[in-house]
Amino acid sequence: MRLVSPEAYAKSVVASVQEYSLLAGRAVGNIFSRPRYIADTFTQMDSIGVGSLPIVVLTGFFTGCVLALQAAVSLKEFGAVGMTGRLVALSMVKELGPVLTGLMVSGRNASGMASELGSMKVSEQIDAMRALGTDPVRKLVTPRIVATVFMLFFLTIISDACGTGGGALIAVFLLRLNGPAFFHTAYMSLLYGDVVEGLVKPIFSGFIIATIGCYYGLTTTGGTRGVGRATTQAVVVSSVLIILCDFLVTQLMIGIFGR
Amino acid sequence: MATASPDISAGGVLEMPEGLPVVEFKDVSIGFDQNEVLRDISFSVERGETRIILGPAGCGKSTLLKLANDLIEPDSGEISIFGRKLSGMTEREVYAMRAHVGMVFQESALFDSMTVEDNVAYRLHEERLPDAEAHERVVEVLKFVELEHAIAKFPSELSGGMRRRVSIARAIITKPDLILYDSPTGGLDPITSTTIIELVVKQRDVSHTTSLLITHRLQDAFTLATHRWNTETNKMEKIADGGLDPNTKFLVLNEGKVVFDGTTRELTHSQDPWLKAYLE
Repeated sequence: MRLVSPEAYAKSVVASVQEYSLLAGRAVGNIFSRPRYIADTFTQMDSIGVGSLPIVVLTGFFTGCVLALQAAVSLKEFGAVGMTGRLVALSMVKELGPVLTGLMVSGRNASGMASELGSMKVSEQIDAMRALGTDPVRKLVTPRIVATVFMLFFLTIISDACGTGGGALIAVFLLRLNGPAFFHTAYMSLLYGDVVEGLVKPIFSGFIIATIGCYYGLTTTGGTRGVGRATTQAVVVSSVLIILCDFLVTQLMIGIFGR
Repeated sequence: MATASPDISAGGVLEMPEGLPVVEFKDVSIGFDQNEVLRDISFSVERGETRIILGPAGCGKSTLLKLANDLIEPDSGEISIFGRKLSGMTEREVYAMRAHVGMVFQESALFDSMTVEDNVAYRLHEERLPDAEAHERVVEVLKFVELEHAIAKFPSELSGGMRRRVSIARAIITKPDLILYDSPTGGLDPITSTTIIELVVKQRDVSHTTSLLITHRLQDAFTLATHRWNTETNKMEKIADGGLDPNTKFLVLNEGKVVFDGTTRELTHSQDPWLKAYLE
């Protein structure tokens, strides 16, 4: 293994951040100028949104189920098992729905973007695209960002709904709680700020997934091995950034809404 | 003396003042990871000229071609394409300039998720040409490279030689003013190589397109210089009385420097010991 000096390593990290920022900035800037690749954006929406639906539904549903089971055990000690609906709804909408959906979509799509674009890079298809007069950032990155941000927003809502539904199913059939009461406490516990917090997070997560996936794809070097490395790095970095961003947004929302 | 700046706009006909070289390199240098790949490269390619670039592997030939299409930028020096300096162009102008340049990549670089038809019609689709018209032009250009039967196939279903021909079809479909061939015969058997060289000669003599061509095979280079396309028989034939194509010239690189820039006759009569050894 080649050892790298701390100075060279620090420089490479700063250069990567700069390169990533430029790519993300250019990709966002392309939304406001022509040509726009609308058909490619819809193709990506189908691949990212509809394609991720099964894993998002299953993850959300079973997270809600587990949450209801765990919550009931703890709340029973305080005689507050009737608050299960409140706990499930708040946890799903504010935290688990956005984060888990982000992580699942990241695992599926950041890796997909990095490997697809990485393969195109190592086989000179990206250069060919530029040589044919097409800006690869405009054609490949911008549609993926728009599609991921747009679809992750709705996937998170679906995940929240499935989670709450799963929690209700457990509450009614296993814990023998009252169904309408579960939904009533769940509904009453959610305030405007909670919903906003839960819907702001997927916007950031979607941006992170698409830009990180595309960045690692477009900077792939070293043949098929490089594609594998880029794919792994894209998933790791986007997952860590999603959780970091979740923390920052939560802090910001607490500052704004006070809860 | 200031010259009029040519109008380079995508899709239109290139308006370029007479006398200006199509490609001009002035003291161009580039390096990667502290290794200098090209050092003070200067040469120019006139309109209608076919410039064959020769040199040992790793001497910077492909880098030179990528520099000419602004796919990479030089560390120093000036490159002008169609009389316009690349360093002075905006990104939009560079993409507009590339619409007038066709490029054939070493490994074909076809889009593997698209059919041959979509690959060849890529530029036409980008220009929003109606589907029927685009299809007609694809069929026409595939006939030129004798691959009309492969129109619905994917690149993975084609042989290396066929992929190279599709790549040529994709490069010439918009009738570019400059074609860059990066080792179009690299890795192919002699018979397939000759087929590819025939296509290059056909394009040169029928469309008179300016081109830069990299090759490792001296035999291919000299076939280009000594043959012409007969439009009556629709076949490549040797130029009579040992004649040479006047528009075919050579550029030889070694260790990142130009060691020869001139005509076929000058190359074959060169007394430079390294060149003589390289050509033998």
